[in-house]
Amino acid sequence: MSDSFVNDSIEASVSKSRILAVLEKVCDPEIPTLSILDLGILRDVICHPKHLEVVITPTYCGCPAMKTIEFDVIRALDDAGYKEVKVTMQLAPPWTTDWISKRGRAMLLKEGIAPPVESKDSLGQGIECPRCTSHDVSLISVFGSTACKSLYRCGSCFEPFDYFKCH
Amino acid sequence: MNKNHYRYVLRLGDNALILGQRMTEWCGHSPLLEEDIAMANCALDHVGRARLLLSYAAELEGEGRSEDDLAFVRSDREFENFLLCELPIGDYAFTMARQYLLDTYHYHLFTELVSSSDETLSAIAQKAIKETTYHMDRSRDWVLRLGDGSEESHERMQVALEGMWNYTEELFERDPVDVQMIAEAIGPDPEWLHSKWQADINATIKKATLSVPEKKWSLSGGRNGLHTEAMGHLLSEMQHLQRTYPGLSW
Repeated sequence: MSDSFVNDSIEASVSKSRILAVLEKVCDPEIPTLSILDLGILRDVICHPKHLEVVITPTYCGCPAMKTIEFDVIRALDDAGYKEVKVTMQLAPPWTTDWISKRGRAMLLKEGIAPPVESKDSLGQGIECPRCTSHDVSLISVFGSTACKSLYRCGSCFEPFDYFKCH
Repeated sequence: MNKNHYRYVLRLGDNALILGQRMTEWCGHSPLLEEDIAMANCALDHVGRARLLLSYAAELEGEGRSEDDLAFVRSDREFENFLLCELPIGDYAFTMARQYLLDTYHYHLFTELVSSSDETLSAIAQKAIKETTYHMDRSRDWVLRLGDGSEESHERMQVALEGMWNYTEELFERDPVDVQMIAEAIGPDPEWLHSKWQADINATIKKATLSVPEKKWSLSGGRNGLHTEAMGHLLSEMQHLQRTYPGLSW
């Protein structure tokens, strides 16, 4: 999150917290329990005199969910009474899985997706099976059901599972 | 408009788009289910990268064209991608050998572009380098697996490398566009890229028990709009919808 969330006047921060409460309900269409705040792709909210600017960043260059997320942001804010909204895309600094919140990680786990272990280690040691918590896991494919996930198999409960890979 | 700057970004976008389009041809046809998904994932990264680059190229051109105009209504003579990107997919050895040669090229290129004096290009490179690292790990793995695999897979990988080797010199050519980009600290020197690339490729080829092909002749021209026969067929498929229903949108 950029500093603009904390450095504003009280009045602006009150309205921003209202906006954030709305945006908290906008979820990644691929993982419908994970909000764009928890995923760490919401970068900023800027109140211009006549419109609201919501800045988001893509997880991957070709993430097909970005357009849907843009529409969902506009629709959610429209429902909340913010009629003039512009969504802009910011590329740098690039999104990293380190920006996924604690709550976001818990949400992933609840969905049966192992959260990323550490960004330095792209293929992750210490990955835990989201079903039985075993560390006896093996990689099936680096590229899973979406670009941001890898496919693993648990050696204890034998279930395959998605791992949200470090990025 | 700075014509050379525009062409530099356009070329990067065209390489991503044309290679991405080739990769999608495997969708539903890959030898393994996991490979099918992996190839589609990587193709998506390439097409996503192409969108960012072509949008930026259109902005630099400043003539009101969009990323879609550049992708879907240019003719083959107006595309400036490497010939290597447009060659037909061949067998899986050919496909993965090409991926590896180009992933390694892009890995070194984007590593340099991260510190480009062009902020937009740097931002795109910062995103692309992360994905390219995953792509390269996978394509290198396939070169090793097939090269150091069965007699047949070894043979096929060697034939694949031989078949595309004469197209690789084009990756490192330097024309006035590159000269200006080097002078303005926008892009790296292709010669420098060549040495980094060659060292990596040689090491992998050796590890895969393959041999570095001998360069007998060299083909180029893609960067100036002179393409192989394969290019027109690729475009006729990729551009079909926009050519049939101009301006159609979701």
